Amino acid sequence: MSVGVHDRVAARWGAQALEVADSHGTLAILVEPARLAEVARSLKDEFGFNLLLDVTAVDWPERTPRFDVVYHFYSTRDFVRVRLKARVPVDAPVVDSLVPLYNSARFAERECHEMYGIEFRGNADLRPILLYEGFVGHPLRKDYPKHREQPLVPYRK
Amino acid sequence: MSARPPLPNPIRAAFTGGEHEGTTVVNIGPSHPATHGTVQIVAELSGERILRADVHCGYLHRGFEKECESHTWHNLIPYVDRLNYCSALINDFAYCEAVERLMGIEITPRCRYLRTLLAEYSRLADHLTCTAAMLMELGAMTAFLYLVMLRDYIYEHLAAVTGARVTYSFGRVGGLANDLPDGWLRRLEEILREYDVFVGRVHGLVDRNRIFIDRLRDVGVLGAEEAINWGITGPVLRSTGVPRDLRKDTPYLAYGELDFEVPVGIKGDNYDRYYVRMREMDESVHMIRQLVDLLPPGPVSVDDRRCTLPDKRLVYTEIESLINHFKLIIDGPQVPAGEVYTAHEGANGELGFYIVSTGGGVPYKVHVRAPSFVHVGAIHRMLEGYQLADLVPTFGSVNMIGGECDR
Repeated sequence: MSVGVHDRVAARWGAQALEVADSHGTLAILVEPARLAEVARSLKDEFGFNLLLDVTAVDWPERTPRFDVVYHFYSTRDFVRVRLKARVPVDAPVVDSLVPLYNSARFAERECHEMYGIEFRGNADLRPILLYEGFVGHPLRKDYPKHREQPLVPYRK
Repeated sequence: MSARPPLPNPIRAAFTGGEHEGTTVVNIGPSHPATHGTVQIVAELSGERILRADVHCGYLHRGFEKECESHTWHNLIPYVDRLNYCSALINDFAYCEAVERLMGIEITPRCRYLRTLLAEYSRLADHLTCTAAMLMELGAMTAFLYLVMLRDYIYEHLAAVTGARVTYSFGRVGGLANDLPDGWLRRLEEILREYDVFVGRVHGLVDRNRIFIDRLRDVGVLGAEEAINWGITGPVLRSTGVPRDLRKDTPYLAYGELDFEVPVGIKGDNYDRYYVRMREMDESVHMIRQLVDLLPPGPVSVDDRRCTLPDKRLVYTEIESLINHFKLIIDGPQVPAGEVYTAHEGANGELGFYIVSTGGGVPYKVHVRAPSFVHVGAIHRMLEGYQLADLVPTFGSVNMIGGECDR
């Protein structure tokens, strides 16, 4: 059953995707950022991937485009996972938001925006979530030094 | 002395009030007895009814993912412990399995069964904590004491095998830190018998108690479709009637060989969440008893020099083992390049580790798909439309754990 769904997704999107691979039992699809929302809609509507588990990014400072935006989907019908990735450059780190499809994208995209500076077009609420208002920079980018301190309240002298 | 400037506000609320006639915006938390962990809720009230709620987490954020990028794979184990500190062993095992999959390691049979047993034992402790706290906040002091007493037995008992009560650091890539000490399984059965007695009493005190039914039934209702759309997993999803459980659906560790049921609720209210957790604890006990019988003899760690420390006796007597020990401590296990997403059924829902390795001893990226974080994103759906006082049991029944929510 599970292999069947992966095969059907690969057959449907294999030609348009940049890369389709099996990653330890998860089907990993790399697509153009412009196609992201379209593929996600198809995963949800045609293949039953009704659970958007997670949105995150991976920073590759040496590479152009610099960021991978990574989505994990799960199907509560077939019990299989799909990882969807899109590469975006650092000067325009923009992808379409999946909020119209999944409400779980709201918090996940907020976190990804805060940690990596990815813009999610269509998500109106990208307020800081784990950090605070006024925090400068995106801490999970590789060029953010681990020891940089930005105390909200000044340290007591 | 000049007056101190006002402290800056760390959050920007989604609404500030004044848009609706006769409503009040109140702030609850971040430090409040009913918010286990630190979470802040800005709520717009009409009388005592919550019209809108804006939930803010992050007060416990400590940069887990950033910190992970500068330690060896083994040195992360104490960090992952501190995600869900009510069931730290489940985090350990999920993380270790993710690394093992990248390294292509198959754990020993004894380790597989022991991890399953300890994971279920942790789930028991977690559900006991959640249920106890939720009932206590509704005034059930006796039920609280019965349940945390059981939890304390479990903590002490886990301390006998791991050396710590709460954060165990017990998983290892390729196995476990130790095997069980003598007599551990005998004490386990004693505790499970205590469990049967005291959880039976809690059922008697609470299940058909009018006060609790009035407070819990039809409060904080969440529909099945909506729950899935908001990314909810675990007991909260099952309380809506959806029998989805990774232990059943994508069996890992030894779950495929065990006999257990997936309890579900009827309509996803607070009572269902309470009852699903109570039933899941029974199933965990049932699984633990099966696992005690199934537990095979043998080593708990794989015989693989890439990740398992050599025997101390050999370290002191031969040079290869000495170097091996040294390399494993200083450089850590070398994990081949690749990426993997591993999900275990945590006590609160799908606990996923997405790890990226570029080869070498230090992770390139470790991301946690923490169920509490996702649930906090949806909790306003269970608060809106109900009384302000219902916030307490609703929040308790979701069991938000600050450690894994904020990371």
